[in-house]
Amino acid sequence: MKKLRRLWAFIFCGALSLTLLAPTLALAAKKKADVVIVADTRFIENGLLHWWAQMYNESHLTFALMTMAIIPILGCVLGIVADFFMSMTGIDLKHRELAEK
Amino acid sequence: MDALFMTMPISGVSIFWPGLIILGLGVGIIGGFFGLGGAWMVTPGLNILGFPMAFAIGTDVAQMAGKSLISTMRHGRFGNVDYLLGITMLIGTVIGVEIGAQMVMWLERIGSVDRVVRWLYVVLLIVIAWIVFADVAKRKQKERQAQEAGKDIDKLESGFEWGKKLQAIHIPPMMHFKQAGVYCSFWLPVTVSLFTGWLAGILGIGGGLIRMPALVYLVGCPTHLAVGTDLFEVAISGLYGAASYTYKGRTELIAAIIMLCGAAIGAQIGVVATKYVKGYGIRIVFGLAVLGCLVSVLLKQLASEVPSMAGLFNTLATIDVMGFVSLISIYIAARMVTGAKAEIAAKKQAAGN
Repeated sequence: MKKLRRLWAFIFCGALSLTLLAPTLALAAKKKADVVIVADTRFIENGLLHWWAQMYNESHLTFALMTMAIIPILGCVLGIVADFFMSMTGIDLKHRELAEK
Repeated sequence: MDALFMTMPISGVSIFWPGLIILGLGVGIIGGFFGLGGAWMVTPGLNILGFPMAFAIGTDVAQMAGKSLISTMRHGRFGNVDYLLGITMLIGTVIGVEIGAQMVMWLERIGSVDRVVRWLYVVLLIVIAWIVFADVAKRKQKERQAQEAGKDIDKLESGFEWGKKLQAIHIPPMMHFKQAGVYCSFWLPVTVSLFTGWLAGILGIGGGLIRMPALVYLVGCPTHLAVGTDLFEVAISGLYGAASYTYKGRTELIAAIIMLCGAAIGAQIGVVATKYVKGYGIRIVFGLAVLGCLVSVLLKQLASEVPSMAGLFNTLATIDVMGFVSLISIYIAARMVTGAKAEIAAKKQAAGN
């Protein structure tokens, strides 16, 4: 028990010192130049895709916000739809036995 | 044939879109079964399909968030997610990932980042694989001993009991994670997640590959709970990663959406398969997946060490990853189908009686 306590204290102190020291070390790091990518909208015929690429070129922030909204909403919708079809198979989808072997 | 190819609006590359659905399906199955984000499988897959590396990573992170959300919802209905444990671990994960990322910048300055990261990854994967298979052997040994003594072994008994020992250290505040059946110090999951987050930050991976076994072996979670809870964390950290990559303009949302369509089906198959596979079944297949990942990382390391044969080693690494993804996906899908068939047949028989 004593040994475990010592191990626990060692892990905790190690993690704490990393938290405090690592950012200091990283402060000295050089900053790389950012590469700007521009979407080529000239050959996109589909209206929706054209609008999407145009938005990307105009504002990365709006593009990021839209993506952040679409991903979880679409995830939930697809999850519900897939769940609905899976429930039609007749499998019990609410219970499972918790066992390691 | 042209109908099978689609030009991506941001990166401008022409992509074989059914390939995206197949990739999504495979990673959905594997991710739902093991509780992984699966970046080590998807990023090379997207790269093969034609995405530049930066877009492959960003798109992968975006689909990972959505796919993990789908899997978490399904696992949640089975009662496999301990949300309190997941949120507690997020504290350590966020701090750990940030520290890891800062350390990578420091290593970049020294000029040895790739080498250090790759070798660290190799060592870590060897350790995880060893723990998994040594634990399986230990559990078998316990079973034999119990059999000889004429006793029954508890169905939740593990080979290694490190989690129980760490839970016994009472440093306030103590917390009860009811769903996982874990009563431990608040600092145990925080410290474990800080460590796993730090490793994930250094390696530039989502962290599921490290966090899932850490939840099982260090926190003492039952395997099914570790898988579900880890996916909950992957969903949140994936969303954060997606925000970061998207803001930098490196996400192809259209590709992520197409992949999600396949992943929604795959996630259902992977998660429902956990119903028919016991904890140790999941652990053994997970160990094999770790070995597959290890071989791929070693081959990539060889490619950078022997530049004249880089093409061959990179091809072999890709074949290894895609081969493992296919084989494991087929195995999981087969287990799900046989389990579901047996359950439906049993139901019909019960209704007949």
